[in-house]
Amino acid sequence: MTYIIEGESGPWEVVIGLEVHAQVTSNAKLFSGAATAFGAEPNAQVSFIDAGFPGMLPVINHECVAQAVRTGLGLNAKVNLWSRFDRKNYFYADLPQGYQISQYAHPIIGEGAIDIELSDGSTKTIGITRLHLEQDAGKSQHDQHATKSFIDLNRSGVALMEIVSEPDMRSPEEAGAYLTKLRQIMRYLGTCDGNMDEGSMRADVNVSVRKAGEGFRTRCEVKNVNSIRFVMQAVETEARRQVEVWESGGTVDQETRLFDTGRGITRSMRSKEDAHDYRYFPDPDLPPLVIDAAWVEGLKAALPELPDARRARYVRDYGITPYDAHVLTLDQERSEHFEEVLKHTKSVDFKKITNLVIGEVFAVSNTAPTTSIFMTAPPVSVASSIDLLEEGVINGPVFKDLIIRIGIDPRPPIEIVEAEGLRQVTDTGAIEAVIDQVLAANADKVTEYRSGKDKLFGFFVGQTMKAMQGKGNPALVNDVLKQKLS
Amino acid sequence: MHPTDFTLSGALAALNEGAISAEELTRAHVAAVEALNPKLNAFITTTSEQALDAARASDARRKRGEAGPLEGIPLAIKDLFCTEGVRTTAGSKILGNFIPPYESTVTAQLKRDGAVFLGKANLDEFAMGSSNLTSAYGGVLNPWQRKDDPSARLVPGGSSGGSAAAVAARMALGATGTDTGGSIRQPAAFCGITGIKPTYGRCSRFGIVAFASSLDQAGPFARTVEDCAILLRSMAGHDPKDSTSAAQPVPDFAAACARSVKGMRIGVPREYRLDGMPAEIEKLWRQGLDWLRDAGAEIVDISLRHTKYALPTYYIVAPAEASSNLARYDGVRFGLRVAEKDSDLRDLYERTRAEGFGAEVRRRIMIGTYVLSAGYYDAYYLKAQKIRALIARDFDEAWQKVDAIVTPATPSAAFAEGENTDDPVKMYLNDVFTVTANLAGLPGLALPTGLDHQGLPLGLQVIGRAFDEETVFAVGAALERAADFKAMPAMRAGA
Repeated sequence: MTYIIEGESGPWEVVIGLEVHAQVTSNAKLFSGAATAFGAEPNAQVSFIDAGFPGMLPVINHECVAQAVRTGLGLNAKVNLWSRFDRKNYFYADLPQGYQISQYAHPIIGEGAIDIELSDGSTKTIGITRLHLEQDAGKSQHDQHATKSFIDLNRSGVALMEIVSEPDMRSPEEAGAYLTKLRQIMRYLGTCDGNMDEGSMRADVNVSVRKAGEGFRTRCEVKNVNSIRFVMQAVETEARRQVEVWESGGTVDQETRLFDTGRGITRSMRSKEDAHDYRYFPDPDLPPLVIDAAWVEGLKAALPELPDARRARYVRDYGITPYDAHVLTLDQERSEHFEEVLKHTKSVDFKKITNLVIGEVFAVSNTAPTTSIFMTAPPVSVASSIDLLEEGVINGPVFKDLIIRIGIDPRPPIEIVEAEGLRQVTDTGAIEAVIDQVLAANADKVTEYRSGKDKLFGFFVGQTMKAMQGKGNPALVNDVLKQKLS
Repeated sequence: MHPTDFTLSGALAALNEGAISAEELTRAHVAAVEALNPKLNAFITTTSEQALDAARASDARRKRGEAGPLEGIPLAIKDLFCTEGVRTTAGSKILGNFIPPYESTVTAQLKRDGAVFLGKANLDEFAMGSSNLTSAYGGVLNPWQRKDDPSARLVPGGSSGGSAAAVAARMALGATGTDTGGSIRQPAAFCGITGIKPTYGRCSRFGIVAFASSLDQAGPFARTVEDCAILLRSMAGHDPKDSTSAAQPVPDFAAACARSVKGMRIGVPREYRLDGMPAEIEKLWRQGLDWLRDAGAEIVDISLRHTKYALPTYYIVAPAEASSNLARYDGVRFGLRVAEKDSDLRDLYERTRAEGFGAEVRRRIMIGTYVLSAGYYDAYYLKAQKIRALIARDFDEAWQKVDAIVTPATPSAAFAEGENTDDPVKMYLNDVFTVTANLAGLPGLALPTGLDHQGLPLGLQVIGRAFDEETVFAVGAALERAADFKAMPAMRAGA
């Protein structure tokens, strides 16, 4: 699906590369023992190291290194057994050391690639340039006091992975799909929780535009965009802005821009001329980071199944469509829930189970997005409900109702069905009696139907089911109605 | 004998025998500090009351049979080591109000072993200097005097000038120092005492205010080689809080002082013969080598080819690291803050750092910032790193032929305030013999072996293989025995 911006001078192609900052899931910071939990009181999780006190020294947290390696393996990337930390020097009030420790010249992870899934069912491979470890800075708050700025150092020193993509994306959709996939992989790996609203994942978006067949034109970097939707919007607005600049005879300057989410525009933050000279040099407090090939192999062997592999397995083992497999595996918890349902149901009609899970169970789960699907729809109860449906004990509408009930009602579904009288009615006599009443009460509609208004059949079905409190066997109701109306 | 005339090992023996108590020993040193410090300015902060409390606690421990290896020994602590609850200034106005809530590893280990701290010794600001004159708390007076001009105010050397002067003047039995380019060895030589910069990584840098992280190393001062060995054993050891500290066992350095040098090969680097070097220094050097030959060592001429690049290399690497290390002194979280009512962040930085840092520190921050800048990095910093590797390789090759290297410690005896100060480069030349050991990470010991024509001490330097301080101590002790250096400074306790 080609994304094109139609300018006055003809079509323009958009070129996008992303730098994603992903907070490493770890109990302690990258170089200090301070905690990393989100939402703590300001400055409650700060060691003397994070605050840049005299004589304090960084010591690498090996769990953060393991997380970076796991992520690299998940991105099918090269793991560098020798990497190094550099200092990026600049002054800011929330940067206590006066430098950020980051792997500038020698990142721990080299080139890799991931496949992204697009809405037309196609996939595309996006190259990963590198992944490196670095410290986060603190947070400046300028809106807490009339004349003062407040500094919260809780984030100072927290481990980040900066994941840089190749300029391989060509549309807002691809940028969104890339972020979605990256987040999905890291969530499966347990290396980043991907909660963009908590700042666990942010993206710098590099955008340029060009005419077909051209080399790259000058790019702009839109900094610190904090949701997938905003990234897609930022790509679109920034690309349109650049097309306008080029077409009005101007040139796009390499610069850093900010995305104003309120007004939906990007605006200049600093130009290339104002760019900091970060004076990178190897951090003399830290020896090179040397890791063992056997240790990496051990991490690799212990990796969980990743989304692509799981999707392929579903297609292969369950005979479901790639699209359904994609939907089932998008979220790791949901796919684990699905497998738990499979384990407990007697049914082996995987297509049917898939439809029920995606159509009914996910729908219920979507209404309570912050609650675990294991709570909103306990998998054993889902499995029993599927069995009751398959055995004809209940019908489809009751199944829907049951899926809502099992999140609140701890009784086994069969008990709920019995106690609430939800068994489906398969007694033809009882159905005939109800239908006779319905037809008698709607004699005018019966006449209309018989004179050719076929569409009214659905009306009679609805009236019948309503009179039976939704418990009639739909097939029998249909059959009897057809007989009586013929 | 006056208690301040003890050597450190002599004091330990006297304490063990009960001939003196830690309280008496400390009281004598506290009195010496109080009498001499107004003249010498060797201490920025004295902690006499805490010292006496610590001495009494030490006596109690000894009584309980819990005496540590340094039980009751009064020491001076260079004011670059963070000491919990005791102001730590780094010789700078910018840390004038800084009281660390933590203790450096080295001082924590000295305390663990029973040492008593008399106070925080003066130093060049952020350890940048060779005269102690860059201290924001005033210069330190060298307790030695020129024969024909006793009123000349001689410098103690730097940066650990206060530590060296305190030990020379018998205000302390020993002291801690740090050495980035010669900051232990040069003041030791100027003050007629002994000091060792151990191998990089031997002592933890945790809690020491950083100057140049890849060069900084803590070490002891004392009046004998053996006393330095005793102190170093307590100061050294692997520290998980310093990623550059070495996981090496700490040997009994004092035992190594008794080792014979017979059969050892002693290297004499031809590049250390400088044009215009005073004949006295040349003579001192030759004398030292003769003593070692007499003791059974073999003297071997060697070449350290890249020596002439060492000083410029050092003055690129050290300021580069310093410019980054000192960025944290910004007036935001601790230390000095200078701001006007309407200051913005940039103004706060500029005022705080302009007022808080002295001229030499500002000069080095600017040099360091320059050599790391885009467009200059390759020509300066990167090239310096390459030369640094070549200097280290020179030594690696030398160790194929020799077990230790002996050189002069300094190109001259102590100079007077006002001399060498017109030109910073002239001042930097003081480090010409010492910076190579820092660049290569090797242990270097300086000890007094003679006097110049003015009656001022002159020292030799012994450089050894990485983590082979034992050989350095053995060679140093052999020189010490032969030199039998008995001269004492004019200004000292009991004099």
